[in-house]
Amino acid sequence: MLRNRQDTFGWGAIVLHWAIALLIVGLIALGYVMTRPDIDPELQFSLYQWHKSFGMTALALAFIRLIWWLSNIHPAPVASLSALERRASSVTHALLLALTIAVPLVGWAIASTSTLNIPTLFFNRVLIPHLPMEKSEAAETFWSDAHAWLAYGLAGLVVLHAGAALLHHFWHRDVVLRRMLGIFRRDAASNAHQQPEGTDR
Amino acid sequence: MKQFYGPCLAACVLVLAATSAEARAPSLDDAAGRYDIDGSSQINFSVAQTGGGGISGKFGKFSGTFQLDGKDIRKSVVEFSLFPDTVQTGEPRIEKFLRSSAIFDTANHPEIVFRSTKITQTGEDTAEIEGKLTAKGTTRTEHFSAKLTKWNRRTISFQIEGGIYRDHYNMSAGLPIYSNIVQFDMTVNGQKH
Ligand code: HEM
Ligand code: HEM
Repeated sequence: MLRNRQDTFGWGAIVLHWAIALLIVGLIALGYVMTRPDIDPELQFSLYQWHKSFGMTALALAFIRLIWWLSNIHPAPVASLSALERRASSVTHALLLALTIAVPLVGWAIASTSTLNIPTLFFNRVLIPHLPMEKSEAAETFWSDAHAWLAYGLAGLVVLHAGAALLHHFWHRDVVLRRMLGIFRRDAASNAHQQPEGTDR
Repeated sequence: MKQFYGPCLAACVLVLAATSAEARAPSLDDAAGRYDIDGSSQINFSVAQTGGGGISGKFGKFSGTFQLDGKDIRKSVVEFSLFPDTVQTGEPRIEKFLRSSAIFDTANHPEIVFRSTKITQTGEDTAEIEGKLTAKGTTRTEHFSAKLTKWNRRTISFQIEGGIYRDHYNMSAGLPIYSNIVQFDMTVNGQKH
């Protein structure tokens, strides 16, 4: 099923989640590499352009996910989660949701305020206009710093979030990760924590 | 992201002089001779970018000479050198990029040279200059158009224009966001020897 159910995520949420996750991890690594000072200048220019194109892709997907998230029911938390875990996970998810939109928007603000005035040409094909912001070195520095802090903050949250998912899967052996992977059986919903080695399909 | 070129030509002096109808026109013999390209010349270039605008700038240091042949304009010769390290665009980060290995690689190729091989008159005061341009280790034939704009006994000025495909010179960084064509628009002033 495309849409979420009471007991698990639908394909829409799953595909969006993993596509965005892949993009975010790649963009953080790319963002780090491309800003090293000793990098070859021609390569650096290309990497920046790839970063902007993939970053815009992430922004579009994150935006679609926000709409998806607002218009779908949310599966109930896995029954075995404590109240604290539920709170922690819903706060983390809300932050992840917000940062996946805020980080690329702030990136777009860097490109838009930069005195270099380099166009964002989406995968060398479609011109994405700059945001209507004044160009200045001060603004560019401000947005670059904000982008770096938010992006590395997002990276920290992702580690926490992925760590928790892996902990649930390999330690608690519950369905938390499986229902985001789409390998979840309906009958496992209520008592999955009691059948850790149930076949996955 | 551009390159440059630059020659200066000598052209039309012949015609201008020949159309002696003008009382003030100096004689052909006066125009013939050897000129040094002087520092008041403007070596401007621009590279368009997607969505409008682009990078424009100039080179601060260059040198050259031209030899005008009063009898046969085709025998005139232009030589021009420019030092890409002196590129100016108004944005230090862009200048740094242009000097880097991505574009001029000024550390290894400090000089860009143009030497004319053929000058053809195309109008009363215009000519086409063909020559060898050497930049970043590559030599190719390029063309510029020249128009005589000012002339007196001591000095002569030409407006020289031409477009160079930078990817031919291993300067393709920034494609396709920045145009492959570097447009030169130069005012070349010669001081007679
Ligand atoms: C890299 C960036 C990532 C981001 C931005 C991200 C974001 C999110 C968000 C916003 C949700 C909530 C979804 C919703 O309620 O509709 C979520 C859920 C989930 N994520 Fe991620 N995620 C990322 C990476 C990962 C990784 C690497 C893993 C696993 C190793 C993972 C496992 C999960 C799981 C299992 C859930 C479902 C939690 C639940 O049942 O409520 N995520 N993620
Ligand atoms: C979710 C998407 C994105 C992530 C995770 C991300 C991540 C990063 C990271 C980690 C850096 C390196 C920061 C540093 O060490 O200084 C960076 C730099 C940068 N990002 Fe992004 N980015 C994203 C989207 C975008 C977008 C959409 C744009 C522009 C359209 C963009 C433009 C830039 C620029 C221009 C820099 C370099 C800033 C500088 O030179 O200091 N980013 N990004």
